Amino acid sequence: MDFNDTPEEAAFRAEARAWLEANAEPLAPGEQPAGLEGRFDPDMVHKAQEWQRKKADAGWACITWPKEYGGRGATPIQAVIWSQEEARFKTPPNIFAIGQGMLGPTIMVHGTEEQKRRYLPPMLRGDEIWCQLFSEPAAGSDLAGLRTTAVRDGDDWIINGQKIWTTGAQYSKWGMIVTRTDPNAEKHRGITYFIVDMQSPGIEIRPIKQMNGMSSFNEVFFTDVRVPDRNRIGDVNDGWRCALTTLMNERHAIGGGAGGPEFRDLLRLARTVMWNGKPALQDAGVRQRLAEFYVRAKGLQYTSYRVQTALSRGQTPGPESSIGKLVGAPLRQNMAAFALDLEGAAASLLDLRAPEGALWQLAYLGSPGLRLAGGTDEILRNIIAERVLGLPPEIRVDKGVPFKDVPTGPRP
Amino acid sequence: MNFDFSDDQKLLRENVRSFLAKEAPLAVCRQVLETATAYATSLWQAVATQGWLGTAIPENYGGAGFGRLELAVIAEELGRVLAPIPFSSSVYLASEALLVAGTDEQKRRYLPPLSRGEWIGTVAHFEGPGDPGNRPVKTVVRSGKLTGVKMPVTDGDVADFALVTAKSGRDLGLAIVDLHAREVQRERLDSIDPSRSLASLRFERVPIEWLGGRPCGSDTVQHIFNRAAVLYAFEQLGGAQRAFEITREYTLNRYAFGRPIASFQALKHRLADWYVELELTRSNCYYGAWALSNEAPELAVAACGARVAATNTFELASKEMIQMHGGMGFTWEHDAHLFYRRARYLAAVLGPAPVWRERLITCLERREQAS
Repeated sequence: MDFNDTPEEAAFRAEARAWLEANAEPLAPGEQPAGLEGRFDPDMVHKAQEWQRKKADAGWACITWPKEYGGRGATPIQAVIWSQEEARFKTPPNIFAIGQGMLGPTIMVHGTEEQKRRYLPPMLRGDEIWCQLFSEPAAGSDLAGLRTTAVRDGDDWIINGQKIWTTGAQYSKWGMIVTRTDPNAEKHRGITYFIVDMQSPGIEIRPIKQMNGMSSFNEVFFTDVRVPDRNRIGDVNDGWRCALTTLMNERHAIGGGAGGPEFRDLLRLARTVMWNGKPALQDAGVRQRLAEFYVRAKGLQYTSYRVQTALSRGQTPGPESSIGKLVGAPLRQNMAAFALDLEGAAASLLDLRAPEGALWQLAYLGSPGLRLAGGTDEILRNIIAERVLGLPPEIRVDKGVPFKDVPTGPRP
Repeated sequence: MNFDFSDDQKLLRENVRSFLAKEAPLAVCRQVLETATAYATSLWQAVATQGWLGTAIPENYGGAGFGRLELAVIAEELGRVLAPIPFSSSVYLASEALLVAGTDEQKRRYLPPLSRGEWIGTVAHFEGPGDPGNRPVKTVVRSGKLTGVKMPVTDGDVADFALVTAKSGRDLGLAIVDLHAREVQRERLDSIDPSRSLASLRFERVPIEWLGGRPCGSDTVQHIFNRAAVLYAFEQLGGAQRAFEITREYTLNRYAFGRPIASFQALKHRLADWYVELELTRSNCYYGAWALSNEAPELAVAACGARVAATNTFELASKEMIQMHGGMGFTWEHDAHLFYRRARYLAAVLGPAPVWRERLITCLERREQAS
């Protein structure tokens, strides 16, 4: 048991590091990598695209993809090593992850050869950015309850409806959309998956202002938007299968809690903030809570080591890989709440005079979103219970019922 | 990254598991629990014959010469079957302490009979309610003779010798005490887990020798506890995992309201959370095993982390096991209380979770000051 690379992994790491050192600037100790921070900024997009092209030219983009689409056929552990190394450098925020991590793999599985050749190389180079049009106001955890319709019209389909929680819609060239194509079929059977040009007439994009004041997502409205049939992925009414491929990849993509405060920040706060004339860290109750947070955070970190070990041995990681977000998101929220308790009345400040520049206030306000995005805590528990533990699914009242007859709540 | 057991170690786990499935069904634990026996002597013999007691003892001291990773594998399996034998006392505490701090002569004298199961050893530290923390114990050695009372002592009723924490002047050390000596009075105490025994030991000027020839100091004593904590954590993890498996099976087969109770989210979500705790605990335990087997400076922090996680999770597991079994789980006939009792026994005998949490933060503070 050790934490070392195999000789092959070490050689790969050295090669990756050498290229990064020649082409990027290392992060200073303690410096956070650039996040998306929910702002749309054409300059940021431009810089991200420049960096992506540079990587693509040198063979460091989407390295696990097959060579024919621009990758290098790298192994999953090599992808982990690459991202560990890249994370040590100042690079623009990754605005390509949804396409490259989720939608590209879906096209590889379900797309035609023509679609793969058309879409994958520019996706890899960052020339074309992609967004995911899945959730709807009435279809979140129950994604298959989606209502946006696509109706055949000659060689085209006409899309009407509304999508929500779409990251990057403003700067995306393409979107992957799931639509209802047969309302008379059972819920999962009348769905079709399309690629839609985000510049098409009839698309309106509105940023969503989140409870923390940021805007990481959009609403996207579709009014008579035309999509040619050649942009369909998979068979008509077989889109749910394709969507599942995307969602499986989403679970891998969202696992890590990138950025934000960590345990060491909490420990520093406990040392600096004074309680009763002494650092809060000297309080027995504080120490008990801190220890629990530490054990949990480390449990998560060591679990990721176990996942990496499986990859390094050429195995598929076990079900332990599915717990990351379910543990990490509530942990972030609970640590933030405790940090604010430590701050005393100053926790009420959202101001530069708040301790640590309001680091924990911002984490507190942002963390509820982590427990919802990419699968709510509750959906993740269902996934673990059903797919990992083999427990029976919920009794479904919408089974065997045409979608149009599925009961819905009162709608305004 | 190589943060998992090797194929050989996994093979060992399979062998140990199938051996224990035959030799140590839960009925063996219940047998000890329901009778006046202190431990399952035939299982102890079988385990000794397998050579497991000497797993991590070098061959020149009569052991098998494997490492702590192999010992951790065995510990988890013994935890799964709630093995009613003094393995933890004799191996994680006594044998490991001798290996860490004993003189060569002491190792030659004690380790071979320990590894054959002819002798049972333990550590005697606690002196009644509360936790001694960093305070000196009351037990004292004067002119080579030890006086004091230790209670409760895990397996103190069956051990042949104990390593007794005692002070000599201002120094803390571990005194090796022959428990058959006439200056030792021992009394078996009722245990919260009668499948694992407890005693009080009263020493009245009993002659001793120091482990290592002189008082080893409180840091070494703590180091010995830290090392044992990792192995205890694997036993706790094994118990928690088994409780989970039994309970999962039950919820799949128990029907209520016309469906398996495992189909209700009220239980599914709790089983999912329970599974998550098991995985986090397993990861913390692996880190402890890595630190233990590599004599890493991270051992203290790693041991505290493994101990806290494993203690929490075994408690959760044994509580949920009863709750999800409903009224049946509260009967004497059902095995759930075996897990509930063992969880609390293992939590207590090495000092409870709050003590290890406090110790963890102390270690983190020290580490930061050092860096």
